Amino acid sequence: MTATQERPGSQEQPQRSVPKPVFTDAEAGAREFPDSTLRRFNYYVPRKRKQSHYEDVTVEVQPDPRHYLSQGWLYGFADGTGGYPLDWTVLKAWGSDRPVPERFPGSGGQGYEWPAHGWHEFRDPNEEWEQSIYRNNSNVVRQLSQNIDAARQSKAFEQWNPNWVQFVAQHVGAWMHVDHGLGLYLFANANRRAPTNMHNTAISVNSMHRIRSAQDLALYNLTLSEEIPGFDGTAHNETWSADPAWQGVRETAEQLTAIWDWAEAVFAANVVFEPLVGELFRSNLVQQAAPGNGDFVTPTLIGAEEYDYAERDLRYTKALFEPLVRDKEFATHNTEIMDSWLATWVPRCLAAARTLQPLWSQPDAKPPRFEDGLDRAKSRFRGILADLGLRTPKELNQ
Amino acid sequence: MTRQSVAKAHQKIQELAWEPAYHEPVSHYGTDYTFRKAKKKDPLKQVLRSYFPMEEEKDHRVYGAQDGAIRGNMFRQVQQRWMEWQKLFLSIIPLPEISAARAMPLLFRTVPNPELHNGQAIQMIDEVRHSTIQQNLKRLYMNNYIDPAGFNSSLRNFQNDYAGTIGRQFAEGFITGDAITAASIYLTIVAETAFTNTLFVAMPGEAAANGDYLLPTVFHSVQSDESRHISNGYATLLMALSDETNHQLLERDLRYAWWNNHCVVDAAIGTFIEYGTKDRRKDRESYAEMWRRWIYDDYYRSYLVPLEKYGLVIPHDLVEEAWNRIWNKGYVHEVAQFFATGWIANYWRIDPMTDEDFEWFEYKYPGWYDKYGAWWENYNRLSVPNGHKPIAFEDVDYAYPHRCWTCMVPCLIRQDMVLDEVDGQWRTYCSETCRWTDAVAFRPTYQGRQTPNMGKLIGSREWETLYHNWNFADIVKDMGYVRDDGKTLVAQPHLDLDPKKMWTLDHLRKCPPFPSPNVTLNEMTDEQRQAFHADYVRQGPAGRPAPQD
Repeated sequence: MTATQERPGSQEQPQRSVPKPVFTDAEAGAREFPDSTLRRFNYYVPRKRKQSHYEDVTVEVQPDPRHYLSQGWLYGFADGTGGYPLDWTVLKAWGSDRPVPERFPGSGGQGYEWPAHGWHEFRDPNEEWEQSIYRNNSNVVRQLSQNIDAARQSKAFEQWNPNWVQFVAQHVGAWMHVDHGLGLYLFANANRRAPTNMHNTAISVNSMHRIRSAQDLALYNLTLSEEIPGFDGTAHNETWSADPAWQGVRETAEQLTAIWDWAEAVFAANVVFEPLVGELFRSNLVQQAAPGNGDFVTPTLIGAEEYDYAERDLRYTKALFEPLVRDKEFATHNTEIMDSWLATWVPRCLAAARTLQPLWSQPDAKPPRFEDGLDRAKSRFRGILADLGLRTPKELNQ
Repeated sequence: MTRQSVAKAHQKIQELAWEPAYHEPVSHYGTDYTFRKAKKKDPLKQVLRSYFPMEEEKDHRVYGAQDGAIRGNMFRQVQQRWMEWQKLFLSIIPLPEISAARAMPLLFRTVPNPELHNGQAIQMIDEVRHSTIQQNLKRLYMNNYIDPAGFNSSLRNFQNDYAGTIGRQFAEGFITGDAITAASIYLTIVAETAFTNTLFVAMPGEAAANGDYLLPTVFHSVQSDESRHISNGYATLLMALSDETNHQLLERDLRYAWWNNHCVVDAAIGTFIEYGTKDRRKDRESYAEMWRRWIYDDYYRSYLVPLEKYGLVIPHDLVEEAWNRIWNKGYVHEVAQFFATGWIANYWRIDPMTDEDFEWFEYKYPGWYDKYGAWWENYNRLSVPNGHKPIAFEDVDYAYPHRCWTCMVPCLIRQDMVLDEVDGQWRTYCSETCRWTDAVAFRPTYQGRQTPNMGKLIGSREWETLYHNWNFADIVKDMGYVRDDGKTLVAQPHLDLDPKKMWTLDHLRKCPPFPSPNVTLNEMTDEQRQAFHADYVRQGPAGRPAPQD
């Protein structure tokens, strides 16, 4: 009897059915043949010399009948439009006016040479894709949770003076509604509207920044309700819906979500509203007032949102609009359109900013004057316009 | 965060929504459904504070596995037969994923429930995750698998190939037309709840059996997000059900969505699982067995049938007919045979079936050999160029099929082909339900009811039309499916990478012109068309010409 033989009476093990490993030698480089070394996506031209990882996972995922999509879109709305029509914005990139190539019996499938029009040249400078989205946002939520935990453990909230407690409950709390409304109904909505995958991915990430910031503030508010006796966790609702100081912001935020043109919506929100209202409130009021009122925690939340806007969302926004301002075919058209948007939205946002002015007098330890803050916001806004190659509108002087 | 605090946190974020006082958000999309405002709960209670780190952790596992696969030389063990079909699958699937992200805003104004909007926004970013993680997997395959051709041209191929176009319905159907039909019924209620089981669970299992454990790594990670999406869909469905006037539309949309998903997904995934595998263990489940378990039992019996208690008529007949097509009418086998017939228009390689494959098919699908065996033997005989033409142009008892105008899969179950004149054009359909979809469902009135928001079938839906009477060498060049020597085809009907055994443009030059079936159909007289129809429905199985009387 060998060691592998069953002993009499022992139970036989049923043979397990499993796939068998097979040596196939199907790895790169195992043979030479036509195409064996062509290991890059060959259907697009990279922005720089070499294709980036970001480009590889985003470019061309959303097709276009002007170049490769030979059979055209297959499903349309009731009016027969399908896909991502270029006229969902009045802005134009070079090539936008060329008709979709006609297909007919024997036409073949050729469209215009890639990229066919200038919209496809947009690249998100943040290079947002799956890994970056979760890495960045996880870092933010982890850091914020740790900051709040540390503050709770060190009883930091006890150092806040009563007025500041009320200010955070009412006014910092009210800002969560702006984030939520714009995040969902402006940015998430716009992620269906732009002509390329690169645009829509960047816009959807912007959307998540705003929704996350809204939730950050809401959950912070919940923590404060648990930690600070008398903290009114519902005060933000009343402030948002009824406080006259907030009605200008509320009206403007709602008006932003009502914009039909996706590019105008992103432009109005990120080029006009954010510097003139968002940063004014966050950087020139909350961040300035909090330390003097004993609060080192709130600035970390507000700072996270500020970073998202200033270092990521504004970056892609500039990369989106600046090439359109100097577009080789439609520069004048686009500049006139953007000027008209500025003429519309600057007065609205300035009016919203000014309605916030009473907030500057509410904390015990006062921030720098409202007018000084507004001047800084305007200066920042002028800088953004200069980066985009746009003139400062006369309405800014109102 | 404790479970209790998750519930509290989720409750808190409900305070974020507000009723507009000055301006309503823009309404870009319409629906013929009616909804009453209702406090339908978001069942998963997801907040971003826990969502982002959860997904990041899932990513760590995916990318760790990818590192491990490369370090462990996984590609020395992957089956080329399997990897070749991934060139098709991974060219298609990133678009449906990103289209699902784009679909979410269709529901914001049409479903008046802010709590659900939160879940929809999270689904939006989930789908961005899925699309880019799948593109990344394809990139990894391109870099590490022996033959990068077809991966390297993936998204161009997907856009101009007949097979990619079939798959594109599983994306465009999410983002156009009636908002609820598209983003809720077609996407979440049918595609995600029913068919992601075969896409993202059954298929990765087959990948692992073929030495590829990266597809399961990525797609199981994707699938773990799907439960959230399924909940989104179900919550919307319950809201729709609460208004009886919606039932007529729900019944229409379930019929369309179920049938179109069956036509498209079962064609593709069935082929990958049955014809893309080298695992021929008799006790491994066939696609039909998987379908019975994942779709018939888990979806139809456990999910759809219980909806009857709300008074909804569910499409029992179409579920049974889908099964009938898979089990009795050989749907998957007919599709695989068509893919192989048309290998010259592909961007992946399809190798012949072997004796071991024959034995497995006969065991799993009794009678398979009598129907398909001889044809696959011919495919094998004609796989290496040797003075003959590609199989599509040789006499192997196969009649080239007409394409279904609606689902765009050819009318392969010949006896079911339906002919109709719609919008002034003669069209062929694979089934009466596909005819109904085009001629009845996707119209501005339905059963006498105004449905102004219903979508339209558009586009050049027959691929062959574009190349009517072209030589196939010119077709392949036009599509760009030529390797870097300027003559060798990307597609091959075998897996041998010896350049001397690979087909080139020169071989295709010898083929006759390729006429469009639909153009030809529309050039016929009424009598010719009737005779054509009578002949077509007598063809098959396995594409055999109609028997001579």
